[in-house]
Amino acid sequence: MAAAHPPAAQPAKPVLDPASIHVIVATDCGSTTTKAILIELVDGHYRQTQRGEAPTTVEAPFADVTLGVTNAVTELQELSGRRLIADDGTVIRRSSTTDRDGCDVYISTSSAGGGLQMMVAGVVRQMTAESAKRAALGAGAIVMETIASNDQRKPHEQIQRIRELRPDMVLLSGGTDGGDQKKVVELAELIAPAKPRPRFGGEYRLPVIFAGNKDAAPAVERVFGSGFDLSVVPNIRPTLEEENLGPARDRIHDVFLEHVMAHAPGYDTLIAWADAPIMPTPGAVGDILRTIARKRGINALGVDIGGATTDVFSVFDGAFNRTVSANLGMSYSISNVCAEATMPRILRWVHLPMDERELRNRVKNKMIRPTTIPQTLEALVFEQAVAREALRLSFDQHKAFATSLKGVQQQRTVGDAFTQQAGGGTLVDAMKLDLLVASGGVLSHAPRMEQTALMLIDSFEPEGFTELAKDSIFMMPHLGVLASVHPDAAMEVFEKDCLVHLGTCVAPRGQGKAGKPCFAWELRGARSARGTMNVGDMELVPLAYDEACEMTVTPEKGFDMGAGPGRAVTRTVRGGTVGLVLDARGRAIEVPADEAARRATVARWLQALRVYE
Amino acid sequence: MAKAFTPGLTVTARASYRARRILPIAGEVTVKAGDRVEAGTVVAQTFMDGDVFPMKVASALGAQPKDLPGLMLKQVGDAVRKDEPIARSKGIFGMMRTEARSTADGVIESVGESTGMVMVRGPKVPIEVRAYVAGTVVEVLPGEGAVVEAAAALVQGIFGIGGEVHGPVAMACAGPDEELDADDVTPAMRGCVVVGGARMTAAAIARAREVGAAAVVSGGIDDQDLRDFLGHDIGVAVTGSERMGITLIVTEGFGSIAMAARTFALLASHAGRTASVNGATQIRAGVMRPEIVVPLEAGGVAGEGAVVAGGATAGVLEVGTPVRVIRDPHFGVLGTVAALPEQPAVLGSGSKARVLEVAVAGGERITVPRANVELIEG
Repeated sequence: MAAAHPPAAQPAKPVLDPASIHVIVATDCGSTTTKAILIELVDGHYRQTQRGEAPTTVEAPFADVTLGVTNAVTELQELSGRRLIADDGTVIRRSSTTDRDGCDVYISTSSAGGGLQMMVAGVVRQMTAESAKRAALGAGAIVMETIASNDQRKPHEQIQRIRELRPDMVLLSGGTDGGDQKKVVELAELIAPAKPRPRFGGEYRLPVIFAGNKDAAPAVERVFGSGFDLSVVPNIRPTLEEENLGPARDRIHDVFLEHVMAHAPGYDTLIAWADAPIMPTPGAVGDILRTIARKRGINALGVDIGGATTDVFSVFDGAFNRTVSANLGMSYSISNVCAEATMPRILRWVHLPMDERELRNRVKNKMIRPTTIPQTLEALVFEQAVAREALRLSFDQHKAFATSLKGVQQQRTVGDAFTQQAGGGTLVDAMKLDLLVASGGVLSHAPRMEQTALMLIDSFEPEGFTELAKDSIFMMPHLGVLASVHPDAAMEVFEKDCLVHLGTCVAPRGQGKAGKPCFAWELRGARSARGTMNVGDMELVPLAYDEACEMTVTPEKGFDMGAGPGRAVTRTVRGGTVGLVLDARGRAIEVPADEAARRATVARWLQALRVYE
Repeated sequence: MAKAFTPGLTVTARASYRARRILPIAGEVTVKAGDRVEAGTVVAQTFMDGDVFPMKVASALGAQPKDLPGLMLKQVGDAVRKDEPIARSKGIFGMMRTEARSTADGVIESVGESTGMVMVRGPKVPIEVRAYVAGTVVEVLPGEGAVVEAAAALVQGIFGIGGEVHGPVAMACAGPDEELDADDVTPAMRGCVVVGGARMTAAAIARAREVGAAAVVSGGIDDQDLRDFLGHDIGVAVTGSERMGITLIVTEGFGSIAMAARTFALLASHAGRTASVNGATQIRAGVMRPEIVVPLEAGGVAGEGAVVAGGATAGVLEVGTPVRVIRDPHFGVLGTVAALPEQPAVLGSGSKARVLEVAVAGGERITVPRANVELIEG
């Protein structure tokens, strides 16, 4: 289907031959920091060899993102001894693989300037509007608002809401091909007169992507007229049973480059520098996670907790989902985490006595001075307790969203949609989760790896056997965009340099009385050990990543390791910098109601894992 | 010498303050370069598109949407009044005709042939931008607004709520470490920018609103008191649009904390002068801090001093720089940088971070992470 307004031509990029790519420079232009990494082919293996960073320069007084890129890559140059920046500030390319200077490929992601912000609309909230939201989130956008014909709001309320927004673009869907046209045109007739103003550039026309009933496209074009930059892509929901997110997602990426990025200072130059399209940072993270899950044949979940937002990505049985919890974060949004989680829920993770009124003031002081760091152990313990709740809330939102839709170009039945309407059918199954990857300051920069591991376990409550890892230097965005150019290199660096393997969590599902037997375990191979765990206990078994062992876990009746209650399971397990975490607290994790008993219990868990030693 | 950059808040006796006063959409600028303006002077105005009122006219007439254009009594672009007939059905042999009436004053924006809906655009909404600060128009931005400049004392707060107000500075406390309580606020402070010392109590805020004060400025506020005052918790620090009838600014932070002596002294030296105050705070990309601006003289001729456009500034940390510690366990402590060790140190939390030593009153030295101090600029 032709676009109503064909996209502006992007500079043609040469086709890259993976065999000739030996030196890669990748940058991620974040809101505050531009991070650069150097990847080189060393002894036949792709390795991340250097990293550099510099402040992002998209805001005044610099107002040119490439300055930050040049500065970050210059740091790579200084560290590596390889000349990467030319006198004019551009990234040098090699003409042959024997050249000592330059790189073979330069790629980048970006979330500067607040990333990609979208409004989506669909006829039925649980169907086309949800598909539109999924396409937008999958492309790396922040969805500011979802408008649906059946969202219970009156038209004037919807119009008022649209008028308040300043989106980068709008995705409109609705109707199956050949089906009803009226409702989707009605939506267009709501959006057009509301005239949502674009966030950047008061003069430019707001991009609208129409991905609905193809027969309604001419009417939608008439409604939007010349006041908008409308493009028409294949229907996101061509039939009730089929969801087709790919074309809409690709168009979102194109519009992101053509409009949003093009209006950000210096991005036209950056686009020209890069050898692959610049991707929104979360979109790239999602791509690498999908690549990993597909190549290893596993279910994986990634989380990136920032100061303002928390992103959760999951791949279960091949279905990819991403959610952004817009106001759950550790600095700008820390006060909102406390408000949503409530202070008692946060303090349940704390073993030290703390004054709630004083804590509330501290939370607000962190919100207004977001760059401060905990100096005392007490401050760290509290901050990590807040992180557990921010992660838990984000994960709850993710589970509610990642329902039975099967992702890109997958089939689903009408029955699924109605199940979903009833609020069930999450795809996220803690028992099926194989790999849990953490990133974001509070997880990545925790003074001890044990702290990262326990924060992950307490918030996500993995069941069965689950590998825990953290993104060493938040390299996943770079590798996501690299996967589009050289998937094998991306995969190799991900495994060898990106991930810090923390270990494996071994935790049966179920609940029992504290102190009663929970499971027996035996380790064979690189290490031999055996033991039993009582309900409510935690234990740490040292085991390195390269010490793969066979482990048999025999749960008691009422506890399940994945094969059914009371049935033994044998698996190959790997350790890591933390080791094997044996968790017999049951699911869901509960703490005693009595304050003294609660603090003693939490202290025992922390001690068992040597969390604050 | 080791240097580090850290954001700080400006507290200065004299700065060339520039306020860029811009309309949200294009309009008419009502001042010209060189004009002397007061805080309340309108510098630009425009009209925004009115609200849209959707009306299900086809269904009201019992007609098919495609037939609607032929039934309209008013066409796109026509002005209509509320209750005025805008469409009429054909009826049966011209009898029993039904009329659809406009539910709002405005202009017909569109007639939906697919949906059968008629959109009426309400009257345009006037928007005015005022000077905010008494001073001189130094630049006109055609169609957008103007830049007003004034030589002014400037105090940036750390957090505020409420929008732009102005009024005379009224000192309500005798010193910077004195709590602002209800007894300190008098009826004579109506329309004033009330300046306290340390924490502003909930009773003081209630009293200030009761007497009609324009704003309250003090060192700190208890989170619980703010929550009780607003009726909700502030989750994300994006403020300024609250409609509480008063603007509140804290200069130091949350809790019982004294206003920096220098800030207090500066505000006290301007007691009685008109201050422009804005509580709007935004702590994300494009940081915006609340501010108290006191123009120094009529005519607003810029004197010597840094040109400040508001917002956080960045400065250099070096030995001798005055700083404030902005995180527990030394939150609020003022001092000067005594040393900037190059090597990271292990903190009590177990984290490794670059630190600095601060010399505080009494000669004591404390070690804090560099991330946990801010410059006191001026």
